[in-house]
Amino acid sequence: MTQTSLTANHHCVALVGNPNCGKTALFNLLTGARQKVANYAGVTVERKVGTARLANGRTFSVVDLPGSYSLTPATPDEQVMLEVIEGRREGEAAPDAIVAVVDATNLRMNLRLVLELKRLGKPLIVALNMADVARAQGLDIDVAGLSRELDCPVVETVAIRHDGHARLMAQLQTQLEVPVASLPAAPVKTLQASSAELQREVRRILALVAPRAATVGRFQHRIDAVVMHPVWGLVVLAAVLFMIFQAVFSWANLPMDAIKSGMSAVGEWTLATMPEGPLRSLMVDGVIAGVGGVLVFLPQILILFFFILLLEDSGYLPRAAFLLDNLMGKVGLSGRAFIPLLSSFACAIPGIMATRTIVNWKDRLATIMVAPLMTCSARLPVYALLIGAFVPERDVAGLSLRGLTLFGLYVAGVVSAMAVAWVFKRVWMKTGYQPLMLELPPYRVPSLRNLGLGLWERARIFLRRVGGIIFALMVLLWFLSTFPGPPAGWDASQGPAIQYSIAGIMGHALQNVFAPIGFNWQISIALVPGMAAREVAVGALGTVYSLSAADEGVADALSPVIAQGWSLATAYALLAWFVFAPQCLSTLAVVRRETNSWKYPLLMAAYLFALAYAAAWVTYRVTLWMGG
Amino acid sequence: MLLSQLPNGAHALVQSVQSGSAEVGEATVRRLGELGFIPGEPIQMLRRGPGGREPLAVQIGETQFALRLIEAQCIKVQTDLTAKV
Repeated sequence: MTQTSLTANHHCVALVGNPNCGKTALFNLLTGARQKVANYAGVTVERKVGTARLANGRTFSVVDLPGSYSLTPATPDEQVMLEVIEGRREGEAAPDAIVAVVDATNLRMNLRLVLELKRLGKPLIVALNMADVARAQGLDIDVAGLSRELDCPVVETVAIRHDGHARLMAQLQTQLEVPVASLPAAPVKTLQASSAELQREVRRILALVAPRAATVGRFQHRIDAVVMHPVWGLVVLAAVLFMIFQAVFSWANLPMDAIKSGMSAVGEWTLATMPEGPLRSLMVDGVIAGVGGVLVFLPQILILFFFILLLEDSGYLPRAAFLLDNLMGKVGLSGRAFIPLLSSFACAIPGIMATRTIVNWKDRLATIMVAPLMTCSARLPVYALLIGAFVPERDVAGLSLRGLTLFGLYVAGVVSAMAVAWVFKRVWMKTGYQPLMLELPPYRVPSLRNLGLGLWERARIFLRRVGGIIFALMVLLWFLSTFPGPPAGWDASQGPAIQYSIAGIMGHALQNVFAPIGFNWQISIALVPGMAAREVAVGALGTVYSLSAADEGVADALSPVIAQGWSLATAYALLAWFVFAPQCLSTLAVVRRETNSWKYPLLMAAYLFALAYAAAWVTYRVTLWMGG
Repeated sequence: MLLSQLPNGAHALVQSVQSGSAEVGEATVRRLGELGFIPGEPIQMLRRGPGGREPLAVQIGETQFALRLIEAQCIKVQTDLTAKV
């Protein structure tokens, strides 16, 4: 037992297992922690700790270690896992017990890792997860026999049922109460067994405890025959992606209208109850207009995340990677890059963090560099505003023109990411062979509980951003746009008051830079706070326009204002700008952390700004030339 | 016969795993073993990706993997399922 755990009298248990064995779901069940559950190798890239409570009231901490195929580390994830269980990681007490989570339907593979763990000589409990599925498939696993063969406790668990961890908890209670007889302080270095030796042992055990294992199929080959078909598979993939983007635009209407009218009611109520003055202006024009303008996009972001979580949990994502691997290979990316890039559609930050599963450093770097080009959910508010204002609401061949435009913007992001990756790999980071070796797990019906938890987590993150950084920026921007006020004797006929403020001055200065691409000074101002996060730009535009409106009332919805005030060329140029511009400080910070160097985030910002400017310039000129 | 030469749908047994080209190092070969590509294990070629070449979806034991052609070329298989490995 380690020093730390003795002094703190607090036990620590580590969950270890193959990817896709349901380890994260079991962790959720044990700790109640809200965490993403996925059906894809490598989503659990960070160390996660939670606290679980035994029946006797004692608590212990649970560490969810990244999924791993063996104890010979091949990825940073696996390196971390090995270091933690061996107690070699600084500031980490070695766990008091290891829970080896195994997929009961695939003992043939999972038991190899268990046998390797046995050799470490630490207290080990085997959690036979998905025991219900194994039973339904007719796999008669002799649990007592398995426990005897492995010489350690084996308990059945069902991570997707609310009481599916009862046996594990009971076992942990007995095990943690009895102090384990002196364990060697230093990790035992046993001779590494070759996979072949391990597998011989696995076969011997399986013949004894689960003789039917080889005859029971885990896979749904009929589904794969369509989903992974060279033609139909691609058709299905295109249809799935297309449906998601249509849904984002059409399903979200109702809740969005509700939020809009709610916010304007709050604005009017504030206007009616507060005395006139700067504070009321701050509340109505700064806070309510600004935050409301961003909040309204929550439904769309949630719909997008709903689909991404659904695809992840069902096991479809690796199949999509299989289909796209050829295409990705053509531009020099690995098929494995598909998952980080798809996550980047929600947000580049988890996407960039998920690149840790790409073994080759240059491949990983190329994926990180193009991840911000995937249309993240923070761009949706901007796209939605501009499309709503400038693209007429009509149907083309039965499909919403606005949905089509949005789809086009997503395609633009993907195509440019591919082009950039191609250039990067051609001129800068040449590599030959990139490993694929991607597991295709069986399909699973996504659990509603996990989907719900995932969505709640997204909503919370988004609202925290609205409540934190966005709110702060809105207030700051309101001050910048209000002070100094217009000179004495000013009246509305001399133009809006905001042009006298600091923000107005900054905007006018920036306008010199942005005029060639068609941006007016209002846009130039909004892009300054929009540096922190893209969606802030929408709220900032709201503030700029509501303050510069001649009357003091709550500004009408932003959409008709810009529809009147901007040319079509300006709107399209701004859309093109947002396809590329690295307007997200958090992304750059994560790139700094993941690459451990300032060089790459700076390079990323530089190339993205250059592309954004160029794309906006071309779009502006072409639209003007076409009569826009 | 190499795994890469196995027609879609065919069953075989893994015979040996070793580097098939200069590009594939020790680490990759070891990895394949860790994933379950171990002599004597039953293997089935399920299908190939769009274009009919790469990647290859195979089932080894009770697990499915997508492999690159170059990875599949490291795996020697025997189609006579009755012979001893």
